[in-house]
Amino acid sequence: MSALLELQGVWAGYGGSDVLRDLTFSVPAGSVTCVVGPNGAGKSTILRVVSGQVTPRKGTVTFEGKRISGLNPRQILGLGIVQVAQSHSLFPDMTVRENVEMGGFLLRDRAEVARRLRQIEDLFPIVVDRAEDKAGALSGGQQRLVEFARCLMLDPKLVVLDEPSMGLDPKTLKNVLQQVRTMWEDGRTILLVEQNVRAGLSLATRAVVVESGQVRLEGTGSEVNSNPEIAHLYLGGGTASAAVPASD
Amino acid sequence: MASSASLAVPADPLSGRGLSMVRRVLLGALVLFAIVFPFVFTNPATTSIAMFTLLYVGASSAWNTFSGFTGYMALGNAVFYGSGAYAFANLASHLHLNGGMGIFALVPVAGLIAGLVALPVGWLALRTRRHTFVVITIAIFFIFQLLAYNLHALTNGSSGMSLPIPPWDAQTYNTYFYLAALVVAVVAVAVAWVVRRSSFGLELLAIRDDEDRALGLGVRTTKVKLATFVLTGFLTGMCGAIYAYYLGSIYPPFAFEAIFDVTIALMAFFGGLGTISGPVIGALILEPVQQYITLRFTAGGFSLIAFGVLFLIVIRFMPEGIVPSLAGVLRRRLRARAEGGASPQSSDSPPPGTTVSAAGVAGGVRS
Repeated sequence: MSALLELQGVWAGYGGSDVLRDLTFSVPAGSVTCVVGPNGAGKSTILRVVSGQVTPRKGTVTFEGKRISGLNPRQILGLGIVQVAQSHSLFPDMTVRENVEMGGFLLRDRAEVARRLRQIEDLFPIVVDRAEDKAGALSGGQQRLVEFARCLMLDPKLVVLDEPSMGLDPKTLKNVLQQVRTMWEDGRTILLVEQNVRAGLSLATRAVVVESGQVRLEGTGSEVNSNPEIAHLYLGGGTASAAVPASD
Repeated sequence: MASSASLAVPADPLSGRGLSMVRRVLLGALVLFAIVFPFVFTNPATTSIAMFTLLYVGASSAWNTFSGFTGYMALGNAVFYGSGAYAFANLASHLHLNGGMGIFALVPVAGLIAGLVALPVGWLALRTRRHTFVVITIAIFFIFQLLAYNLHALTNGSSGMSLPIPPWDAQTYNTYFYLAALVVAVVAVAVAWVVRRSSFGLELLAIRDDEDRALGLGVRTTKVKLATFVLTGFLTGMCGAIYAYYLGSIYPPFAFEAIFDVTIALMAFFGGLGTISGPVIGALILEPVQQYITLRFTAGGFSLIAFGVLFLIVIRFMPEGIVPSLAGVLRRRLRARAEGGASPQSSDSPPPGTTVSAAGVAGGVRS
């Protein structure tokens, strides 16, 4: 599988100190690549580097073989890399429909916006059912779904998800993860950062374990999942046989 | 489950995604009524009040297109009103034009000059946010007012400037100004409507909601805000130009009037900030009231006291303004009626920030 996204020897951080230190890994096209690691490992910084919110001090980020490090978030968005942020990223006083349309604000063709909106409405009924409600009135899980719907408006090649499980109860999480899987099955490449290792690895076709800003372990989801050290450190000693909460 | 989509009552009857046939008919009837108004109600006092009302519809809508949509409370739009007035006076003077219909062609030119003035003003003021932005716009207003007194070459100082006298008789004099003001008002409302429906308008709303979040999403916030600010300057400048021509002479305290800034903001707040119809309704109610009070009670400032009291009442009982408040009442009634026969599960979602069970979310997932 060819690499859609590659980070090569990336050094990046905030205020002069580096969070990522010579970080190198790739995201194969068509994969769900999950980055896991403890707090402070640099997971979210990786996503900020990819989406252009943080510029690497050293190293390169390439997307489809072209260098993107140094581009601004809007340019990166235009290339087809869309990020769903960790915290609630909707505009609370805008309606659900307006929030979803905001995902396609780069598109000047209103007919195309309408066409994509219809496609997304088919995929996410909440966009129709709660169209005129303020996004701030939705529950946490519902907001996550609207965020996913919004990120698909640009028909992205790479969807970057920052801890989609955060703040969700197990049952809601199951539905949200199912939606991530649906996006992947729909042909999109997913780069996922998760602190909930079980949830993240349950989806991953490829996993990257990051510690102190460096890659500690890389492999397929099942390889990382079955690694005894990882199981000991992150999964409480057991392997992730029950990675996702059982359905009702 | 009763779909809330079926209960959707837009917060603003004019901001819907498209105008329904009923709304189109009502809007057409309203515009038609506005066109024939000065030919039906020919009393000069009435047409004068109506003309000022339309100027304020235009100015308040223009203010709302920037401040209502972005959340940046500008209190210096009189800068553009005055700039438009003086630009019009200067153009008419230097081109040696006589009074008449043809001179109205200078109104958009005066608007463009006011828009040009808005460019550096916006560039400077929009480097700040929130309260600082408000203070900066007020400060810039006073700078322009002082300049109007002192830039004699452009304003003739406190002596003011005379404009060409139209050759119309007293009975029809106001009608021409009324129709010109109507055109500008319709343009201002149409611009607001187009902006609100466009992706550009969504970017403005995103800025209002959370500017940093919008920036993170790739919105070029500075350019978007500045473009809207200049657009507002253009529209307000056209209102100022008509105002100057109507008065026949223009002086600094009339062109750059602090109460103008408060009035157009109050109208938008009164009708519904950030809505299309809000400033229109606000101006249609408040300006005739203000003009009537001024005519009826000559005591200076009485209308301002009445305005202040009214403003307090609105803020206390309808803080969102008339349009959103009434839409909210209607929405709640429709929802209550629809849910009367529905199961308890069809109730509203939990408050934001809480998690819900899969039952609450499952409806949102279709794999």
